Amino acid sequence: MAPKTSPEIGGMGHSVKRKEDPRFLRGLGNYVDDVNLPGMLYLDIVRSPYAHATIKNIDISKAMAIPGVLAVITGKDLEKYNLHWMPTLMSDTQMVLPVEKVMYQAQEVAAVLATDRYIAADGVEAVEVDYEPLPVVVDPKKALLPDAPVLRTDKKDKKDNHIWHWEWGNREATDQLFNDAEVTVKEDIYIPRIHVSSIETCGCVASFDKVRGKLTVWMTTQAPHAIRTVFALVAGHVGLSEEKIQIISPDIGGGFGGKVPVYPGYVIAVAASVLTGKPVKWIEDRMENLQADSFARDYHITAELAGKKDGTLTAIRIKTIADHGYTDAAANPSKFPAGLFHVCTGSYDLKAAHVEVDGVYTNKPPGGIAYRCSFRVTEAVHTIERMADVMAHEIGMDAAEFRMKNFIKPEQFPYKSALDWEYDSGNYAAALQLAMDTVGYADLRKEQLEKRARGELMGIGISSFTEIVGAGPSKHFDILGIKMFDSAEIRVHPTGKVIARFGTKSQGQGHETTYAQVIAEELGFPVDSVLVEEGDTDTAPYGLGTYASRSTPVAAAACAIACRKIKDKARKIAAYLLEAHEDDLDWEPGKFFVKGSPDRAKTIQEISLAAYTNHPPGMEAGLEAVNYYDPPNLTYPFGSYICVVDIDKGTGEIKIRRFVAIDDCGNIINPMIVKGQIHGGLTMGLGPALYEEIQYDESGNILQGSFMNYLLPTAVETPNWETANTVTPSPHHPLGAKGVGESATVGAPAAIVNAVVDALWHLGVRHIDIPITSAKVWKLLREAGVRD
Amino acid sequence: MAKMAIKVNVNGAEQSAEIEPRLLLVHFLRENLRLTGTHIGCDTSHCGACTVVLDGKPVKSCTVFAVQADGRSIMTVEGLEEDGKLHPLQDGFFQEHGLQCGYCTPGMLMTGYAFLKENSDPSDDEIRHAISGNLCRCTGYVNIVKAYQYAAQKMREGGA
Repeated sequence: MAPKTSPEIGGMGHSVKRKEDPRFLRGLGNYVDDVNLPGMLYLDIVRSPYAHATIKNIDISKAMAIPGVLAVITGKDLEKYNLHWMPTLMSDTQMVLPVEKVMYQAQEVAAVLATDRYIAADGVEAVEVDYEPLPVVVDPKKALLPDAPVLRTDKKDKKDNHIWHWEWGNREATDQLFNDAEVTVKEDIYIPRIHVSSIETCGCVASFDKVRGKLTVWMTTQAPHAIRTVFALVAGHVGLSEEKIQIISPDIGGGFGGKVPVYPGYVIAVAASVLTGKPVKWIEDRMENLQADSFARDYHITAELAGKKDGTLTAIRIKTIADHGYTDAAANPSKFPAGLFHVCTGSYDLKAAHVEVDGVYTNKPPGGIAYRCSFRVTEAVHTIERMADVMAHEIGMDAAEFRMKNFIKPEQFPYKSALDWEYDSGNYAAALQLAMDTVGYADLRKEQLEKRARGELMGIGISSFTEIVGAGPSKHFDILGIKMFDSAEIRVHPTGKVIARFGTKSQGQGHETTYAQVIAEELGFPVDSVLVEEGDTDTAPYGLGTYASRSTPVAAAACAIACRKIKDKARKIAAYLLEAHEDDLDWEPGKFFVKGSPDRAKTIQEISLAAYTNHPPGMEAGLEAVNYYDPPNLTYPFGSYICVVDIDKGTGEIKIRRFVAIDDCGNIINPMIVKGQIHGGLTMGLGPALYEEIQYDESGNILQGSFMNYLLPTAVETPNWETANTVTPSPHHPLGAKGVGESATVGAPAAIVNAVVDALWHLGVRHIDIPITSAKVWKLLREAGVRD
Repeated sequence: MAKMAIKVNVNGAEQSAEIEPRLLLVHFLRENLRLTGTHIGCDTSHCGACTVVLDGKPVKSCTVFAVQADGRSIMTVEGLEEDGKLHPLQDGFFQEHGLQCGYCTPGMLMTGYAFLKENSDPSDDEIRHAISGNLCRCTGYVNIVKAYQYAAQKMREGGA
């Protein structure tokens, strides 16, 4: 679709170069560790070497003897203020610092406050903690056995390690379809614990002004307003009051969901600043970040699909054990403890579905955040796309033909899924067909047959995913009761320049550019004359922040609606200036003109000036608007990915030869940025598919606690992604847009796994859990009797 | 802890300091000189966010002591721009959308600065190997490779 605005205005559809780049390219970003205040102290954290142990004693004397160490803060110190525990976003409880026992390796045990970061680290080394180890529970299935030690002894009535049971769908109808099915398939699928590992770790600078009673916190957070309210609720009893709490989310070095939760380090730093009246900086190192911050996934899934021999799918049935570590600190909408996992019917028209999830405590770090994904959508997509492939192979049907047969058809939208979601729009067959045409699907299948005859291993994998993003409608979506709207506040200055502020917070998505483009699209101000600000709770309107691909579906919608309010007023001013009736005015980007007389026009800049200098009698001066947007529905981006792999029989090494990604995120604001988001998302799909996993030994020792062995894809492993788009606008979004930041991370792993299994199916391989390492493939090949 | 005197040339300016021998170069740059463009990402020399150029070679400044830089020349991201004109690599990252959150970008730029001096006409594959010690979580590297090629071409044409 051709852009409606000129390149000079730079509205939707233009690949406008990013407004945030000039500072980053010069090393002039302002990330949290760049914040430097006079008299600032440094906080460093003592962490537990044990996964489960009673704390018998903490001796701080040697640490306190180090010149420059000012304090060692323990759980007992925080207990005096009732700040040793805090609530999680899922209404569970989490220790800030322990009083009685530790529950996972690397848990915070004490905090050292010093004049310098090196001295603080010296202090950490000098704190002596006497532990008595307790039995460790690592396996969530064993945690559910009757004789398992009960971990949450702080909960008086707790007799087991089961957190919650949740289910959704029609059990009876689903069971009936399984009973009647001509074909069923069943697989155990483990989606392992992984970590977002943004290149910037987490941290904060807390600065409490004792005289004014104001707390300012520069903090790596994706949701500054929610954090402010949480701080006010949790620490109101010690004198923090919401009008005197300012959260500043400065430049953020990647978020991906890992910067949504409140970590103990933030709280301790705030407490230390409130107590000392001095600024306190706390910055994690990478090992702390990997070992203690919220993990993602860790779902033990048993999935079944039912269908007919002709390839028609009828039902899906899923049971899952969710390992939450020692507390449920997932970042989910309150009503959905398993997130949006029940979008697991995917892109297919199923008659019935039933899904059950049980949350379990283990001696591991807490979490359950999304890894660049909208609340467990990746788990859902991985399950249905894997199972669809298993079924297709089982009945001997081509994986593409099988999908085409079962897709929800374009004319079925808006489509009510078997699990109650209303998909807004889609054309799944068109995306898959484009992917097949781009990759040369038929020729690849021929090549595969020839190679297989020669004993060579080649696989073609498809993933036709549907996402669910833009949380969300207030009827169903809240976090701790706060509805998941988002906001825009736009002010037009007399000289025709604009400042716009939002409740979201970019972590690299390019909001300073894309929101300016929305304003350019709606009001015709050149993108260069629009300044976008986010992340300062003293100035920005309240919003729930940036995660779950919600900025475009929610905040960009708020932006468009606020612009339309401004445009309504601008029309009245233009009518007054042109001495015409407002119904007689037409709009083209940047100006109103009298119908049929394009010379009788007022530009948006002339109207801006008039709003302050010559506005109509009886009208308020000024030109500004605020909108809090409550989306009527979620948006459902989708796409089809095709991955082609060649596998080395001798080493098990997987080589991705081609990866074609067709995405449909509705109308596109900035094609360059959308493409960049897809490139990055694909790479964060590749990592978990082939390399990333966090494991624990039986004693609860983390096995991938640094970048030595938690393997992020480098440029060498990452293929040259081939991307393209189809465009199916969202019918309910004011701009027809859907959101795109996470689609590729959600959709890519299944395509890669399906390609690898496709290469090995004839050897009896039906499923391989991610990450598919060369060692796993090598072992399967040897078991199948394959020799190099 | 006893301090040691060092003299280093940073982005063309002589700097003298009395520092602890254990002070890491990255902290010397960021905290003593307040050149905060160089970032810290991993502590184990895997991510490359802290890459600076030391006597013409890219090094990971989180695993170099500041005292090891005594008498040597360092270039950081703040030294790339000349007379208000972006270095071709900086321009390449801008034109090709080679950055998103910007956190790995200074390291990527400094690795590229040293690499393109050694190889003025690299293949994509050579670029990918050159940046394999610099992790990026946002871009998927495709546009970083393009940014390097953009810069290499500009530099061959005499743009720098």
